[in-house]
Amino acid sequence: MQQKSADLELVKLTKRYGDVTAVHAIDLRVAAGSYCCLLGPSGCGKTSTLRMIAGHELASDGDVLLGGRNITLLPAAERGTAMMFQSYALFPHLSVLDNVAFSLKMRGIGKAERHKRAHDLLERVAMTPYAQRKPSELSGGQQQRVALARALITEPSVLLLDEPLSALDPFLRIRMRAELKRWQHDLGFTFIHVTHSQEEAMALSDQVVVMNQGLIEQVASPHDLFNAPASEFVAKFLGGHNVIRLGDAKIALRADKVRLSRDASGDNTMAGDVLGVEYQGTYVLVTMNLPQQDDFSVMLPEADFFRAPCSPGERMFAQWNSSDVHRLAS
Amino acid sequence: MSAPATATHAATRPLHTIAAWWQAAPFALVFLLFFIVPLVLIGMVSLWDFNEYELIPAVSLRNYLSIFEGCSHLTDNGDFCVTLSTYLSTLKFCFLVWAITLVLGFAVAYFLAFHVRSSGMQTALFVLCTVPFWTSNVIRMISWVPLLGRNGLVNQTLMGIGLVNEPVEWLLFSDFSVVLAFVHLYTMFMIVPIFNSMMRIDRSLLEAATDAGASGWQTLWNVIVPLSKTGIIIGSIFVITIVMGDFVTIGVMGGQQIASVGKIIQVQTSYLQFPLAAANAVILLAVVLMIIYGLTRLVDIRKEL
Repeated sequence: MQQKSADLELVKLTKRYGDVTAVHAIDLRVAAGSYCCLLGPSGCGKTSTLRMIAGHELASDGDVLLGGRNITLLPAAERGTAMMFQSYALFPHLSVLDNVAFSLKMRGIGKAERHKRAHDLLERVAMTPYAQRKPSELSGGQQQRVALARALITEPSVLLLDEPLSALDPFLRIRMRAELKRWQHDLGFTFIHVTHSQEEAMALSDQVVVMNQGLIEQVASPHDLFNAPASEFVAKFLGGHNVIRLGDAKIALRADKVRLSRDASGDNTMAGDVLGVEYQGTYVLVTMNLPQQDDFSVMLPEADFFRAPCSPGERMFAQWNSSDVHRLAS
Repeated sequence: MSAPATATHAATRPLHTIAAWWQAAPFALVFLLFFIVPLVLIGMVSLWDFNEYELIPAVSLRNYLSIFEGCSHLTDNGDFCVTLSTYLSTLKFCFLVWAITLVLGFAVAYFLAFHVRSSGMQTALFVLCTVPFWTSNVIRMISWVPLLGRNGLVNQTLMGIGLVNEPVEWLLFSDFSVVLAFVHLYTMFMIVPIFNSMMRIDRSLLEAATDAGASGWQTLWNVIVPLSKTGIIIGSIFVITIVMGDFVTIGVMGGQQIASVGKIIQVQTSYLQFPLAAANAVILLAVVLMIIYGLTRLVDIRKEL
């Protein structure tokens, strides 16, 4: 099956619930065939945005364009999008096969034809042996595959995923994450994935859209995002960054770019007391109390830490290179 | 280390078992006293013999045989025997009431579950549904009389607007009024279990159906109805068992002119023909159990609960 992928564009898209504005006139362009994650804390408007794209929520203002076609007001099934729901929303009374064939049945396609096409898709996601099972008899990962097959049967050009991994246990989450990425690569069409986990967004995306309070904070590739967060919010939400006030300006500094020593030397040095030391395996996380600053943390490679270990209560100097400083917009 | 552990285990297990039996005992006792014993008594009495003066303990099938006497062939008028035609009449009411309460109950439950958004409003409307139950069911039945009678409100209105010239006779003391009263009395027994099933349907399933291009009716038929099946079956069992055994409603609303199985049993007890009444009760029980068995074959209630 070769789905034709298309660019997705949001123009001044707005969602209001009464007096509350969930999404504030956002503009976004997602290139055909890319993996895009909408990332943000709960209540940031990412799910509302996804649901407006899917057609499960009516936009209060603005437009959704798919391949140049305005789909803002079209019913969900006529948009060329398909949705994979949080916890998958498989029909509990139908077999796996009938779940996948559901939308074909709704279109009045005969039993033999729809079962044949459903079987083809189940084969693609390696679920053929489970065709006659009920969803409750499947593991979380298997349910995800069935949900994917069900979404794909309408041959969408954009697949919308609403926190698809949140229902899985941590181990499976990482495995199914890899599987999602592989499918997107093989199928070659656009995935738009809503998540609150920056780790997930980093691992999967070509393009990460960080949202906060109904606005887009930053759109960037994971690499650019991590190395050049646009705002204090982005830096803090991604984690692994320290935000330091220097006079009027604020800078972001990656926690793994900081060194610790017992004596002050060089320009970029600040003194502080060690608050805690956590061993994390590949690195050691040292939290410090710097005067006039928020939490400050340092990630030291395991070997570096044990060359000169420190313990809570000790006074240490944090040092970094000027080139690792990233100035934040105020 | 392991030996004492095993010993304690072995010691506590019988205690646990005894505790469990004790916990189950009160309800088992109630069940035994008020269900099993009367049922066994009825079964026993149905085999007794009787004459005008006394009940004679015996084991005979005389009562059963007399109930089905003449049922192997049609009467001279081409009718079924009394027992069969009474059962058919009761089954007819049962089917009509079941069908109407099912459609009504499903519609009301659907409205409450899917169209009323706020749970406060849901509760308020639900309480509203139970308002008729604040009075006794006899009063609820009798209150139909001034409405449906020859000079009742309905007839006066119909004649007032010139739709009919003389009072409509079939409004009261007819099949119509019996079915109407049954529906009025028992639709709630459909609404509650169906509503309960519907509230347990994950709302994202409805969106998934919309996403797959299902229309409102398709979603209703392919998703909501199958997932409400348990509630439908439970409600059906309530309504069917009540209607099959009823004699008050059919008596009052039918003007004591319509036969029903319950009525037969009631008349026989009033003539002190207890063994005959008991035999009829056993047959009725068997018929109802068969209907329920058929219904439970459609859905595994234990699994669904």
